[in-house]
Amino acid sequence: MAKDPNQKSLGTIFTRGIIAENPVLRLILGTCPTLAVSTGAFNALGMGAAATVVLICSNIVISALRNVIPDKVRIPAYITIIAGFVTIIQMLVKGFLPSLDSALGVYLPLIVVNCIILGRAEMFASKNRVLASAVDGLGMGVGFTAALLAMGIIREILGAGSIFGLELYTRWGIPSMIIFILPAGGFFVYGMLIALVNQITRKKNPKATIIEEFSCAKCPMHDSCTKVEQKECEK
Amino acid sequence: MKDKLIVSSSPHLRAGRTTTGIMLDVIIALMPALVASIIYFGYRAAILIAVCVATCVVAEFVSRKIMKRENTLFDLSAVVTGILLAFNLPAGLNPIIAAIGSVVAIIVVKQMFGGLGQNFVNPALTARIVLLVSFPTPMTTWASPFYYWGGTDAMTTATVLGGGEVSLLDMFLGNQGGSLGETCALALIIGGIYLVIRKVISPLIPLCYMGTVALFTLIYSACTGGNIGVDILTQLLSGGLMLGAIFMATDYATTPINWRGKIVFAIGCGILTMVIRLFGSLPEGVSFAIILMNILTPLIEKATSPRPFGKERKAS
Repeated sequence: MAKDPNQKSLGTIFTRGIIAENPVLRLILGTCPTLAVSTGAFNALGMGAAATVVLICSNIVISALRNVIPDKVRIPAYITIIAGFVTIIQMLVKGFLPSLDSALGVYLPLIVVNCIILGRAEMFASKNRVLASAVDGLGMGVGFTAALLAMGIIREILGAGSIFGLELYTRWGIPSMIIFILPAGGFFVYGMLIALVNQITRKKNPKATIIEEFSCAKCPMHDSCTKVEQKECEK
Repeated sequence: MKDKLIVSSSPHLRAGRTTTGIMLDVIIALMPALVASIIYFGYRAAILIAVCVATCVVAEFVSRKIMKRENTLFDLSAVVTGILLAFNLPAGLNPIIAAIGSVVAIIVVKQMFGGLGQNFVNPALTARIVLLVSFPTPMTTWASPFYYWGGTDAMTTATVLGGGEVSLLDMFLGNQGGSLGETCALALIIGGIYLVIRKVISPLIPLCYMGTVALFTLIYSACTGGNIGVDILTQLLSGGLMLGAIFMATDYATTPINWRGKIVFAIGCGILTMVIRLFGSLPEGVSFAIILMNILTPLIEKATSPRPFGKERKAS
């Protein structure tokens, strides 16, 4: 909590979630829903939107409670908060978009343990003000949705020959490459997108910022960690 | 001048071998099967081989250019990959699909991992599997040999593994349905013997691979009460076993180096092939077996590497 909340402007906090620190393509978080749900553009969009809403809400609540939650039980506390919002979202989706609910299946309730949401709670919301946390949640959510949507569109066009369920070239009898709908194709597209984003951000964004965020000084356990006492930690 | 000085660590053994020379030998060894495929499957085979080789060469050239690496067209490895990929395709396949496969083989499997010698799986086989999974129907529609005699454009047939009936002699000579290069066992064996004589490949992997398949069939056949001799020959001569064992499972980059590893690799290939053929839902398993063992190669290498002289034995 020693961190100065005004260190970064809200605009930077928002935009870095989209490319420079894209949760899926740069931080490699939330891989499981990314690969499982991105078989079609519609599913990807639904999943991204659901996760974004949960991310913003949980970031706000966790940030507001950051001085109340004890360090040692913070993970159960975060999970409880996140699970509450996921339940709300799940009920809403079940009620108003039953087709999306059946398409996403188990991956909708699994947002509870999505590492992006827990990761942002741990790395950002627990150390920053409410407004900054909300913006961070929005930025990360948009980045997650964008990555999912990009994968969903690529996989659906190549693998099923359609986009958002709209038939494209398969109506002229050109076969689609089914492998892109299968898990193997998902991993392939994922790897390609990571390579692409790495190429884009290589010069602009040195790894330094990410290493700094993962250093011991930024760890919420810093005060109670035994490694600090034994001076095992270099910084 | 700088290019001619090669600095490397010991041991130093001078051999007149070059990559181009080895690849040229492989191409020569593939010629009998190539001729056989054109005899059996006519102009369609010739077109597929030409498309695959041309696309592989272009893909290699373009990808090396884009990645700003030196041009490696003259090591002929792209030509070998192209021929091998074409040998794994059915004669009636649309050449555009074959071209997609060639691009996958060269750019995705080979160049993205660093080019020749850096690929961890066999490019031609991986491309075949990508095509098989992506286009299941065209990839398993087998043209029957000599279809062009009957005046029809193409006629389809069942392969032996898919339930067709072919005599053993026809299987040996290649008069059966299947992928372009895999049908004629005689031509493949001639190519294999040439490679062994030229010391390009060691006969260890092909022999162990086929031996394992024969042994597995023997046990299976004895247990199920089939005709043991016929069953063994059928398994050895059908499908892609000969092509896989001689030309794919002996790829330098993706198979173990020392002889113990080679034996483990070949036995693994044999067992996996037979498990897929006899108990799996697919009729043929050679390509999947070799790819799986390719992936296991680093582990096999680690487990079977010889103890350096003077190093203490590991306490077990």
